[in-house]
Amino acid sequence: MLATLLPIDASEAEIFGVDVKASPHQVRQLVGVTGQYASVDENLTATENLVLFGRLLGMSGKAARAASEELLESFGLEEAAKRQISKFSGGMRRRLDLAASLLSRPPLIFLDEPTTGLDPRTRGQMWDTIRTLVAGGSTVLLTTQYLDEADQLADRIAVIDRGVKVAEGTSEELKTSVGSSTLHLRLSDKTQIATAAAVVEKVTGDRPVLTPEAGGVNVPLADADRAADVLIGLRHADISITTANVQQPTLDEVFLALTGHGTASSENSEDPDRAQSTDHDIRTEEVA
Amino acid sequence: MAALISTYAVADRPLRAHPSIGETISQTLTMARRAYIKMMRNPEQFFDVTLQPLLFTAMFAFIFGGAISGDVKAYLPTVITGILAQTALTASMARGTQLREDMDKGVFDRFKALPIARIAPLAGPAVADLLRYGIAATLTIAVGLAMGYRPGGGVGGVLAGWALTIFAGWSLSWIFTWLGTVMKSAGGVQGLGMMIMFPLTFLSPAFVPKETMPEWLQAFVGVNPVTLVINATRDLMNAGDLTLSVVWAYSKKL
Repeated sequence: MLATLLPIDASEAEIFGVDVKASPHQVRQLVGVTGQYASVDENLTATENLVLFGRLLGMSGKAARAASEELLESFGLEEAAKRQISKFSGGMRRRLDLAASLLSRPPLIFLDEPTTGLDPRTRGQMWDTIRTLVAGGSTVLLTTQYLDEADQLADRIAVIDRGVKVAEGTSEELKTSVGSSTLHLRLSDKTQIATAAAVVEKVTGDRPVLTPEAGGVNVPLADADRAADVLIGLRHADISITTANVQQPTLDEVFLALTGHGTASSENSEDPDRAQSTDHDIRTEEVA
Repeated sequence: MAALISTYAVADRPLRAHPSIGETISQTLTMARRAYIKMMRNPEQFFDVTLQPLLFTAMFAFIFGGAISGDVKAYLPTVITGILAQTALTASMARGTQLREDMDKGVFDRFKALPIARIAPLAGPAVADLLRYGIAATLTIAVGLAMGYRPGGGVGGVLAGWALTIFAGWSLSWIFTWLGTVMKSAGGVQGLGMMIMFPLTFLSPAFVPKETMPEWLQAFVGVNPVTLVINATRDLMNAGDLTLSVVWAYSKKL
């Protein structure tokens, strides 16, 4: 919507002081968009794609070719320059896509799940590129479902659940907001998991996050000292555990705590909205 | 990484409120170039403007020639101009399906987010399509000449008819461009395009004299824009006359 792909249906938005609704053409001069699906032309080669977008942005043929050469080089794509995109791997497409968004050197870049479906190495390269962009002075608005990614890259994180922002802040702020630490327990008898959950809830007053397959119980704690109370409670209920450790919460737990659907809860599984991954996006924002 | 991955401060950029006419034209030509490269990479796209005119001209001339005009040669002035109009229609129909397919791909999202004239992604391919209409019209006339068609309008008349065909195809393609943008699937555009194309071609004097049809049908033939194109082409190619129907056809298209 902010990138002018969809019309704004309610309320108002400004990007760098430009009204998105009233001046879409000006906003388009300020932003670069890299979608979830590579938005480059399959039938053209990498160079042809970049030159095409460069020419559309008003560069001369010569300037567009020079810029495309430079971008391909910095994205490690120079060897594939003359190949058609339909023969590119997923990671190469994403990188070319991002390169295309950078042709106009936009001060604001939207990245929609830029690493979804990429292998760990390509993801690492993408992260490096994003860090370079931010170091270069751009603002990056990145949506992702990988909370690890948000944790690593983002200065500011907004959690969106079903289209509504439920929390915003730095990674640290979000983590402390749901409790200072988490107790990870593994039960020796997986069938006791429901009983264990009930015991934990009685002790802490909060429902723990369960991973029934592994017999795991993750207990968010306001205070790490409460871990002992939980363990004593379990001992009294005759539930034996194999491992226990206390950790700072991961963003995954923050997300589950904020959105209020545990992994084991099934009350919403019929809800069609849940199938739509975008409803559970974490939006992360980097401000240089 | 190279210095290119850097951004300008916002204040450095003069923001324009609208693309200028010059920018619109240059962006359209850039898009036309893209369409042209794609065309060259997918030679199957040329089937409808190469094989079809060859096949239809020969087929229709030999099948209907004897029945309608007594012999094949006498039928040629009718059928060649008819096929010209038909080919212009079929060739322009492809515009809609291709546009729909194109819009379903990710690249259109980028076009939408770029600061370019909104018409450029639509007008660009339409400009590149002129090449297709040119091929179709040239081949149809060439086959006709090979079969013994001797246009009374001479070289000038034929060239004018050729140009009118291309222009008509281009104009009609905007109907299909519109269909391509509003319909959901390429198959749907194709289907509906056929429904438009067949009545327009056959409910016209393309292949049979209008007088042999029932009167209520003649009324439709009279208002069919394809009739105008055909009459104008005939006047130009067969008589070399710049008649009222030629002027009428050109102005209607605009």
